[in-house]
Amino acid sequence: MSRALIELSGIVKRYRMGDTEFEALRGVDLQIQRNEYVALVGPSGSGKSTLMNLLGCLDTPTTGRYTLNNRDIGTLRDDELAAIRNQEIGFVFQSFHLLPRMTVLGNVAQPLVYRGIPLKERERQAAESLRRVGLGDKLQHRPNQLSGGQRQRVAVARALVGNPSLLLADEPTGNLDSRTSEEIMALFDALHQDGQTVVLVTHEPDIAAHCQRTVRVNDGRIVFDSAAPATVSEVAA
Amino acid sequence: MIIVMIESLRAAMANILANRLRSFLTTLGILIGTAAVVAVVALMQGFAQSISAQFADLGGGSLKVEALNTRENRLSGDYRYLKDSDLDLLRYRVEGVGHVAPIMAAPLGTASHRAETATPFVLGITAEYQMIERRFTRLGRFLVPADNDTRRRVVVIGDKVREDLKLPDNPVGSYIQLGREWFKVVGVMESRGEVFGFNQDNYALIPFETARALTGNKAKVDFEINFTISQLDEVEAVKARVTRALRINHNLKFDEEDDFEIQSPDQIAKTFEKITSMGTLVLGGIVGISLLVGGIGIMTVMLVSVTERTREIGILKALGATRRDILVQFLIEAGLLSLIGGLIGIAIGYGLGHGVAALIPNFPPASVPLWASLGAAAFCAVVGVVFGIMPASKAANLDPIEALRYE
Repeated sequence: MSRALIELSGIVKRYRMGDTEFEALRGVDLQIQRNEYVALVGPSGSGKSTLMNLLGCLDTPTTGRYTLNNRDIGTLRDDELAAIRNQEIGFVFQSFHLLPRMTVLGNVAQPLVYRGIPLKERERQAAESLRRVGLGDKLQHRPNQLSGGQRQRVAVARALVGNPSLLLADEPTGNLDSRTSEEIMALFDALHQDGQTVVLVTHEPDIAAHCQRTVRVNDGRIVFDSAAPATVSEVAA
Repeated sequence: MIIVMIESLRAAMANILANRLRSFLTTLGILIGTAAVVAVVALMQGFAQSISAQFADLGGGSLKVEALNTRENRLSGDYRYLKDSDLDLLRYRVEGVGHVAPIMAAPLGTASHRAETATPFVLGITAEYQMIERRFTRLGRFLVPADNDTRRRVVVIGDKVREDLKLPDNPVGSYIQLGREWFKVVGVMESRGEVFGFNQDNYALIPFETARALTGNKAKVDFEINFTISQLDEVEAVKARVTRALRINHNLKFDEEDDFEIQSPDQIAKTFEKITSMGTLVLGGIVGISLLVGGIGIMTVMLVSVTERTREIGILKALGATRRDILVQFLIEAGLLSLIGGLIGIAIGYGLGHGVAALIPNFPPASVPLWASLGAAAFCAVVGVVFGIMPASKAANLDPIEALRYE
């Protein structure tokens, strides 16, 4: 287990759009260790979303090698990717992406369905995860009965419920006001303190400032990578 | 996999309940289709059962020989008749034949008593008729051999004739006229009720020889011979023997066709059954097409639903749902939707069948066999799943990234 959690080497991703081919990533090398707290920043169109999709195993690279937790992702079939997403990755999205017809408990328990865990055990683990984000009293609520901050907490609980090796957040505070954003970031900070590996994509400097390391992507390449927290000027530049 | 299926079932249930009106409209085609199929099958089956029962009643053990006249014979006026000697031949010379009775129609005219008239079927028969047809008198006596031998003018009437002629409750001893001839009523037959609105008691029986004396051409009488078979399992053998004996008696050469025909009532019953079961299949099939239309309705709405739930599908995929998980979820939803419509449809069709049967006078009661209900329900679920395949695979093949971005 001495290897890094995430190892990307020579990652290239090309898309076909009609007749023209478009290179979203042009050779990315990146290593992320366990329990790192990384901010992925860059302007829109820089390729950071593509990079995040690759990290989240929603997509595979055109060329290059991606190992996550010692497994080579590039060679996996569609269903194996689904299993990796289920077991290794917890997603948090900008617009929460909760299932509106289910209760909070059901939403958080959903990933465990695909592991074939029986109902009772699913609900026990989901309730525990919800307590961890401070929503132990809202189990039977529907998402539309909750505030934005609470919904994002539910999403975080859902991401955590399967004990993923990587928590991947895409603009997790993008739809929240600054005070709620701080609460959510405090939650991420706490999770990191507990040993969770966190990668978050953001374009807000003060959000990136929470992280220990900033990786800046531009034009399909990593143009900046620091182990130290990014300064405001660097992110803004 | 089982967990996923249970969960899919629960999710499908929740989805259907969350959009009650839409779910109902979606499955309406299936509902109407199933209701129609079940109603049609119910009515046809009731009809068929009733017919079989009627024929069983008519005495399945007796056979009938009659002269066979083709269209050409009839047109040329060269009618064929059975011979008087055929009767004795069957009585005494063919092994395995039980009772033998000649029957002829005796068109004597209207029956009348005082000012009242009736129009019964008048048949000339002998005493054996009773044993062959298994019909018995309610009052008085049946015809006896002596009636025949001495050409007595006596008659046994059906209940309808007694009613129509306004005869007393016990008319034995009364005199009625058949055409211009006077007959003494010696007996009244047991009532047989109605079949498909036809009264079965509108007939009068007179001695065969009397009938023959009173009607038309005495040398050539158009009569049939009814006979029973001593051992029921010998039907085919006896038929063959009768055929051989009659061919010889009719001087038929080996290359000539039979000029007579032997019929058994269960043959007729079987033909009827065939007709009704064909009818059930054809009608059921035609109505079954409406089930396919219902299936297309489900497919359409499911396709819309998949588009509508694109983002939800993206979320589920991000959480680790495989193609198969998504496929199963949508197939179960389509199947369940269709099954619910089917079950409601079966209930409605059942009610409809019985209602219609009750509304039409003299129509036999509807009967829904279990196989029809179960078959219809299973067929509905299959229709749902089959028509769910396209929407479900569309959902399963969505790209998670695109799906998540979908607004």
